Amino acid sequence: MTTSTPARTEPTSSRNAQVETSGIKPGRISQALHAGILIGSVLLALGLLYVFGTVSLFPLLMLGAAIYLVVIYVVGRAIEGRRHGLDRFVTGLVTTFFLMALIPLLSVIWTVVSKGLARFDAEFFTWSMRGVLGEGGGAYHAIMGTLIITGITTLLSVPIGIFAAIYLVEYGQKGRLAKALTFFVDVMTGIPSIVAGLFAVALFTLFLGPGARMGIIGSVALMVLMIPVVVRSTEEMLRLVPNELREASYALGVPKWLTISKVVLPTAAAGIGTGVTLAIARVIGETAPLLVTVGTTTNLNVNPFDGRMQTLPVFAYYSYATPGIPREAFTERMWAAVLTLMLIVMTLNIIARLISKFFAPKTGR
Amino acid sequence: MSTTAQPPAPTAASPTADKPVVRPGDKIFAGLSTASGVMILVTLVGVAAFLLWQAWPALVADPSEVRGGNGLLWYIGPLVYGTLVAALIALIIAFPLSIGIALFISHYAPRKLAAALGYVIDLLAAVPSVVFGLWGVSVIGPMLMGIQAWSIDNLQFLPFIGGPASPKSMLVTGAVLAIMILPIMTAVNREVFLQTPRLHEEASLALGATRWEMIRQAVLPFGRSGIISGAMLGLGRALGETMAVAIILSISARYTPVVTSPANPGTIAADIALQFPEASHGAHLATLVASGLVLFFVTLIVNMAARYIVSRRAAFSGAN
Repeated sequence: MTTSTPARTEPTSSRNAQVETSGIKPGRISQALHAGILIGSVLLALGLLYVFGTVSLFPLLMLGAAIYLVVIYVVGRAIEGRRHGLDRFVTGLVTTFFLMALIPLLSVIWTVVSKGLARFDAEFFTWSMRGVLGEGGGAYHAIMGTLIITGITTLLSVPIGIFAAIYLVEYGQKGRLAKALTFFVDVMTGIPSIVAGLFAVALFTLFLGPGARMGIIGSVALMVLMIPVVVRSTEEMLRLVPNELREASYALGVPKWLTISKVVLPTAAAGIGTGVTLAIARVIGETAPLLVTVGTTTNLNVNPFDGRMQTLPVFAYYSYATPGIPREAFTERMWAAVLTLMLIVMTLNIIARLISKFFAPKTGR
Repeated sequence: MSTTAQPPAPTAASPTADKPVVRPGDKIFAGLSTASGVMILVTLVGVAAFLLWQAWPALVADPSEVRGGNGLLWYIGPLVYGTLVAALIALIIAFPLSIGIALFISHYAPRKLAAALGYVIDLLAAVPSVVFGLWGVSVIGPMLMGIQAWSIDNLQFLPFIGGPASPKSMLVTGAVLAIMILPIMTAVNREVFLQTPRLHEEASLALGATRWEMIRQAVLPFGRSGIISGAMLGLGRALGETMAVAIILSISARYTPVVTSPANPGTIAADIALQFPEASHGAHLATLVASGLVLFFVTLIVNMAARYIVSRRAAFSGAN
């Protein structure tokens, strides 16, 4: 954060110093010329694409950036010298890379919204797929399944995750167990989701025999994915709580557990809330583990301990993988399901930011 | 002495007592915390143990009983190969991009914007993988058709170019995977770039370096280990990514160097997702679990190595 200021301001001054001291007179690309090159490159790219047929955003950006990079390097080299030409080139390149990363995000959102709206209607949210063969029907059963399974996962993961983080920060100190836990929690954030699904299947094979499909098995699989995320974000928040608060509490004779639950946790509550919300957003879109643990069904099933359930991501996947006739009906339902899922995920992300913005303790340093 | 609403702790700490007072509440709290911590570690061991238990029938079975009928290695080999190829393509695309984006956010963007821009990149990580898969197959696939067809016409001599062009090729899959691993790699890079000692940067600039020279002299050398571990974390994600591959990749070959055609080897994760619903039980199911076990250990090793490198320098996690 703090390091970027000199990087932005000082090249100019150092360059000016160089100009003054050296006898030769390397010029500078004026802002007008720079803007001209930029606009010219984009217009040229636009023209070229127009001549060759297709005008769309991504090729336009790529071609425009390529032309701009070449021109700015050549012009910069001619006017400002080799080193500054290269500097201008890299600045352009890095900016292009950033813009390139924005395009997938915008494209995903655009695709999902424009295709999802076709079936984003009341029937979609109130009907299940029971008895629906072609058009019509909805994802009510899938939405309920997703909410139930994610809800159970959250209820089970959050206490475990928060307690583990409390152990790391308040009890473990720098013991061997705490060190191992920190390391492996980080490692666990990288476990492939399908492996978590297989683990849950294997675990429940022990109790129920092979072939069982239930909502709760999916919840266990998602727990493996969610707990490390909760631990990690909670731990970071607990470490931000100033030690003076704990010491003040101890000095008043408050026992440790009350200090933690009445002083430390409330202080970190906003951060923990943000972390938990982001963790929910992460697991609510998981598909692979649910595919192998919960399966799929066309009926509404709200009992996580009894048989297959439908979930939104799996609903979308099967609408794509095994469509019926007419195919358009299934594709439209698929995009509507994806739109619903994206709305949930993005809403959770925004809620997370709002929590940390509005409920963060005012005394933070 | 004691606070209000104190649970049974009548023995106020007397200055003469040697031992500190242990209250039941404290014991329970410490016990719960420790148990949660231990449980997480047990879970990790449990994942390995249960997978091994379920995979065992395939490990000891007669080769003809294993899925595919030619033994475990015959079945898993191409999947491992496909997994590596897809992840490698993703890494090649995402590696320079992630460094560039991280540099832009940490050293080029206006400071007030930097946090917001980082958040925008993080949003990319929030998109569920099934959405990326469906988007990839309907947008990226058709978009890359032109480039692939052109390559097949003009670059046929390269071993990994071959026809017919397909919107469901390995290249398309790798490109989508690259977008999916971009956020975690960018996050790690951004973090280490921001940690560059300010004095290093100022010293470089004071000697007359341009901004790019300063980055090359001060920022990149300082962040090297972070860049490497970020790349390995991205690799781990790409290796284990399931749904995007299952949706996009067209699987109909075993070993092939060609990445632009519809005949590709599968990947472990995608194969499990595709085959599991049909695999009844017995040796077939065990074969799938065995491939999952391989995936688990590969990603575990990659992630452990990455975390080890990054933990030697600074506390950072991709968990948020």
